[in-house]
Amino acid sequence: MLRWAGDQEGGAPFVEADPSRPDQMVGFDVEIADLFARSVGRTPEFVNVDFRLIDQSVARDDADIGLSGIEDTPARRTTLAVTIPYYEFREVLSVRDADASRFRTLADLRGKRVATLGGTIAYEILLRAERDHGLSALSYDDDVHPYSDLLIGRVDAVLLDNVLAERRQRAMPGFTIQPQTVAVGHYVGVLSAQNGPLRDTLNETLRRAMRDGTLQRIFTKWRVWNEDQPKLHARLLAGEPVEPVTGLDTSVSVATMTKWEAAKRYFPSLLRASVVTIVLSCLSMALAVAIGVMIATGRVYGAPPMRAALLGYVELMRGTPILLQLFVLYYGLAAAIRLPAFGAALLGLALNYAAYESEIYRAALEAIPLGQLEAARTLGLSERQVLRLVRGPQAFRLALAPMTNDFVALLKDSSLVSVLTVLELTKETQIFATNLGSWVLPGSLCAALYLAMSLPLAALARRLERQWKSPAV
Amino acid sequence: MSDDLVLRAEGVELRRGARVILAGVSCDVRRGELVALMGPSGSGKTTMLRAIAGLEPFQAGWIAVDGVALAGGGPPSRATLRDLRRKVGMVFQFHCLFEHLTAIQNVCLAPVHAHRVDARTANARGLELLRSFGVEHRADALPRQLSGGEAQRVAIARALAVDPPVLLMDEPTASLDPLRRTELGELLRQLIGQGRTLVAATHDEEFAREFATRIMRFREGLIIAD
Repeated sequence: MLRWAGDQEGGAPFVEADPSRPDQMVGFDVEIADLFARSVGRTPEFVNVDFRLIDQSVARDDADIGLSGIEDTPARRTTLAVTIPYYEFREVLSVRDADASRFRTLADLRGKRVATLGGTIAYEILLRAERDHGLSALSYDDDVHPYSDLLIGRVDAVLLDNVLAERRQRAMPGFTIQPQTVAVGHYVGVLSAQNGPLRDTLNETLRRAMRDGTLQRIFTKWRVWNEDQPKLHARLLAGEPVEPVTGLDTSVSVATMTKWEAAKRYFPSLLRASVVTIVLSCLSMALAVAIGVMIATGRVYGAPPMRAALLGYVELMRGTPILLQLFVLYYGLAAAIRLPAFGAALLGLALNYAAYESEIYRAALEAIPLGQLEAARTLGLSERQVLRLVRGPQAFRLALAPMTNDFVALLKDSSLVSVLTVLELTKETQIFATNLGSWVLPGSLCAALYLAMSLPLAALARRLERQWKSPAV
Repeated sequence: MSDDLVLRAEGVELRRGARVILAGVSCDVRRGELVALMGPSGSGKTTMLRAIAGLEPFQAGWIAVDGVALAGGGPPSRATLRDLRRKVGMVFQFHCLFEHLTAIQNVCLAPVHAHRVDARTANARGLELLRSFGVEHRADALPRQLSGGEAQRVAIARALAVDPPVLLMDEPTASLDPLRRTELGELLRQLIGQGRTLVAATHDEEFAREFATRIMRFREGLIIAD
């Protein structure tokens, strides 16, 4: 058996579920995997792995080889056993048809938002262009939404390889692929560092397939064969070295740094991402508390139809995944309301957590003894004043501990908003880990930063609770 | 209605489901009286207090407190309740002090928020009330830090802070030792001496005999002796 890792979400022409038989994989990477398996006398077995985690998956031996349009980078060559390249791609810029004449290169995009797939050479190129050309780079988790957001105007350009760009252009017209090549790169298969001998065997298989036209047949079938490929094949068959590609200066590749250098280099961006996380969490929580208070008040004091409607809202928000809600809010509603990514993230978290907060407040309001309310009423306070001056403040004291709990949970759930291109702490850590080829150091730093945010908050809540419980005099 | 009759009730009937709690209670109370409502548990005396305070809607009859009338048959209007609450104060059996506020804050809450007295004046009057009841030194204590007797005095001060002519008390001696009970009796005497009217539901026969100006006996939702 030859276990090979790929990402179905990457889709055609790499790997996708056969539309007519969804349990079968099709794509040029599938055919190359078949070719590899046959050459070593094994049967191919597909392992579905998230695109950004294929390296780690191979390194921990979940699969023998990773194949899914994986780019040949210096970092991969340092940490993994990498096959010879089997396909040459060009990084190309896509812009809306109307902008085709003004945005030709990255230099034309000063102050504009440019999208790409995270964890790719294209993203590294954009990060460098942020410094060099003053554009703003956005990392997406997939290669479809950059183009849909380009068409609706959320971003002004997309940088991705020509295979992805051309595929997308066939499915959604309305954008132009600029002819100028921004960078050239190659797809390779990746194996764990210990798997050198297997890699050498597979390299021989690739060379044979280049010579006998098998590769050409596969790529032609998937409509990605072009004049670049024979040149690449000729160089490889002649034994010429093909250099890996990076979007950053090769002198600063993290994979070749010591751990401390890497940490020092990445720490500022992790800190920046922590600021995004804490600001987003605080604003979302504030909004969730405000909405939650309104829902709880409506559920305790409202007329039956209002109570039923609010209960429906609470059950809907609690009963469906927050990730789904974020997708619907950002992408699903894009045709009607075009929320900016940070706004959608803030609103999505707030609307979801408001449901949980409202349940805490409702239970706390209902826990206040009737005697307290009657005493307030006999003093002549209106119902509104009873709520504001007696019931609410006492309920808040009861709600504090579960609220603190929820805030810490929200702090961590805020990592989900990276699917809306918001670059927060977990996402930044993932980028760091991908570039470094290890999770140990980035994971530890990330955990330390989350704790640095949540522990003071928990301490503050404990102090407030103590203050309310201890004698006042 | 005579000027002197500050509290009148006529044919008050109150049922909960099939259970009759008040079976047509009628009474008149003159200004400056200290009326003790007595009777076994479940005889309706506490419910009568709550009906007078506007906390229990009743089915038939009417209650009038210093010119504000509650009619049976449906919940009173918001305006009626607002007027009523300027006339009647209530001290609950378990005091029901607001747990999150200090003694002085408990006393000042209603004057400031329901009667629009400015905070400084309310505070001064509140301290004066606490002083007159001998608990001024506990002004900044939270309810859970007060003894039963202290909490009761603060609760009386809170009810009197909005200056109602009628004060209702539910089991005022329940949590007091004999010495405190006598002190309370003296304090209530002072209050009726100032022209206030007190109605207290109590089981405490001795207390009622010593301090009440009048005793009404309840049984099965009716006043059987006056």
